[in-house]
Amino acid sequence: MLAPERTWWKPLGRMEKTWLTVAFVWCIFLTIMMPLWYFMGKQNVPTETYRTTTEAYGAKVNAFVDQYTVGKDAATGMPIVAPPAGSDIYLRAMKWQWYPVLQLEQGETYRLHISSMDLNHGFSLQPVNINLQVLPGYDYVATIVPTTNGDFTIVCNEYCDVGHHTMAGKVIVVKK
Amino acid sequence: MATLAPTTPWTSAAKDDYRVCGVTTLKVDMHTERLIIANAVMAVVCLLLGGIAALLIALTRWQVFHLLPANWFYRLLTLHGIDMLVAWIVFFEMAGLHFGSTALLNARHAAPKLAWFGFILMTVGGLMVNGVVLVDPNSSVMFSAYVPLKAHPLFYLSYILFAVGALITVITFFINIVTAKREGRFSGSLPLVVFGLMTAAILAVYTLLEGAAAIVPAFFWSLGILKNYDPGIYRNFFWGFGHPAQQVNLAAMVAIWYALAQMTTGIRPVNEKFSRLAFILYLFFINLGSAHHLLVDPGLSFAWKAVNTSYAMYLAVLGSMMHAFSIPAAIEIAQRAKGHNKGLFGWLRNAPWGEPGFAALIMSMIIFGWIGGVTGVTIGTEQINMLAHNTMRLPGHFHATVVGGTTTAFMGFTYYVIPLIFRKELKLKSWAKLQPYVFGFGTILVSLGMITSGLQGVARRHWDITFTGVVPGTVNITLAIMGIGALIAVTGGIMYITIVLASILTGPRLEAENLLLTSGTNNPLLESTKLTDEMMERPQNQPKGTLVLVFAFLVWFAIYYLSNWWLLGRTWFIK
Repeated sequence: MLAPERTWWKPLGRMEKTWLTVAFVWCIFLTIMMPLWYFMGKQNVPTETYRTTTEAYGAKVNAFVDQYTVGKDAATGMPIVAPPAGSDIYLRAMKWQWYPVLQLEQGETYRLHISSMDLNHGFSLQPVNINLQVLPGYDYVATIVPTTNGDFTIVCNEYCDVGHHTMAGKVIVVKK
Repeated sequence: MATLAPTTPWTSAAKDDYRVCGVTTLKVDMHTERLIIANAVMAVVCLLLGGIAALLIALTRWQVFHLLPANWFYRLLTLHGIDMLVAWIVFFEMAGLHFGSTALLNARHAAPKLAWFGFILMTVGGLMVNGVVLVDPNSSVMFSAYVPLKAHPLFYLSYILFAVGALITVITFFINIVTAKREGRFSGSLPLVVFGLMTAAILAVYTLLEGAAAIVPAFFWSLGILKNYDPGIYRNFFWGFGHPAQQVNLAAMVAIWYALAQMTTGIRPVNEKFSRLAFILYLFFINLGSAHHLLVDPGLSFAWKAVNTSYAMYLAVLGSMMHAFSIPAAIEIAQRAKGHNKGLFGWLRNAPWGEPGFAALIMSMIIFGWIGGVTGVTIGTEQINMLAHNTMRLPGHFHATVVGGTTTAFMGFTYYVIPLIFRKELKLKSWAKLQPYVFGFGTILVSLGMITSGLQGVARRHWDITFTGVVPGTVNITLAIMGIGALIAVTGGIMYITIVLASILTGPRLEAENLLLTSGTNNPLLESTKLTDEMMERPQNQPKGTLVLVFAFLVWFAIYYLSNWWLLGRTWFIK
């Protein structure tokens, strides 16, 4: 709290030097981990994005659902859509539903498109615990491989008005 | 050697209106005193409003009670975020800026009218936003108010008024410092605490400008004048304000840490260069951290995210790790110089644990660093963020930094502001001794409850996650830990507000005679001026214990960080 002496530019002590060096090395390690994982890891944040409009994206979702619907979800009446492996699949977020129900095969690759028709939404796949931000006007493409099978829930984890907590969708992953 | 301020009168000021503090011998401009009191009172009012909201929302997420209906939960959550993250902390920081730019420099307040204008704008904005959120059902848009979720235009206008008021106050800080220098109030460099506050003030300028870039268009958009507002652009600008606002807290809090350490244990900074360099690192690198909120947003490249999220090369993290060494090291050296030399931690055992300022300092540093810092760096890692984005791990992180860290430190500092600035006797001293521990312990439970819930996939800002049975039953336990912690922390908050009100509303005006509140009649501030270089360099006074502590910290940091990569490696493949 007091004014320092006139000359305070002094060399660091031995312990300060030690800690500064160790901390700096740790910081470099933290920095390197990200590009390292980017090239070596199998879980990376998707970056592929396209500009879209709610009309254009809505039409793509409808065409996708018409083409690959295999049944109806008993609880919600929502179409269950089973696209072929390797294809582009479309998920629509709006107040307060994820549409449609997706049926995927374990171990296959899919190009999952996500966009919102109204507000910000949060794609939170549980219990896998993968979380992505969903914005209107942005077609966000995640290339995914389901490595486990069973029923999964998509929770909305970005506040989207008062019915936010009722917004849940479904992904079914079947064994090949 | 550092000296306390001389008490020669101010000759160049138009009117000498000051008093000399009997404890510190610092001159206190009466304008400064009144400004500090006004800002501190508003800070506590906002803390009270936000605290009531905190209790009710915690009792809602604690599944056993599930107290509020959904609309009131979201409404009070919005209020809680604004009152706590912005209003309480910024009002307190403004008080700190007035103090740092005048009293600590032995200088007058050069722009009191402008400062009052800023204060009035902030007060109108702060109260108005509370009113709008409480009255208008469509303004429960959360603190972040993501476009295209639309609140009432007055909601955005309140933000703008508050931010402009804060910006004006920050400008008076610079005016004061320049005037003080010009009038020869201090010579040489700024004291370290003022240097830290200066860092906070500079960060605040561009934080508030970015806030304007986000909120002013949102205001026109809510009026229908602006037709389209890109939600991605809004998020980018908003977090250019929202995250750096917390970095302002960080810089101000670290400045307060140095102040508390000096006032309670009589430290001298071990190496001014080291500590100042750490602040400079904040200044240059920390605002890149805004990108932490956009790590899983569409439209941004890996390189952009990785460079920003790493603050260039974790250089801001380096700054914090430097403070994490230099403050405890300074305490250790000061303690050892007093003769508390036994073993590695004898200095710590003999520390003034019953002194509220020291208790607050220690709780604040532990919670901020060991929980807040470590979890923040981890979830702010580009890929790991996929596991954490918008889960309860987020509020778990920032309740450790902003509540356990900043708020605890500010609360502890208040206990000294009451006798020295309000000039009232501190009442309920036995409560003040305990309060930092109660509040800190509660916050630790809140934070850990949230983090462990988030690890199980529980979403933040969510009225009821158990509805679909997607999360395991164990979340009931972790959410209960959060709820119990909230009750304890709220108890600590009530203790704080009671102590403050009992002290400032009752009893006569009393000139303080003693710096320490509970642990003695000595004056550590004066003692710190007697700590010579030779005493600090003696081999038996070296901070060996601190070195052990920081290495233990690093081990914990590494374990937490690496275990998150392991968790990430177990999930679905995605790119």
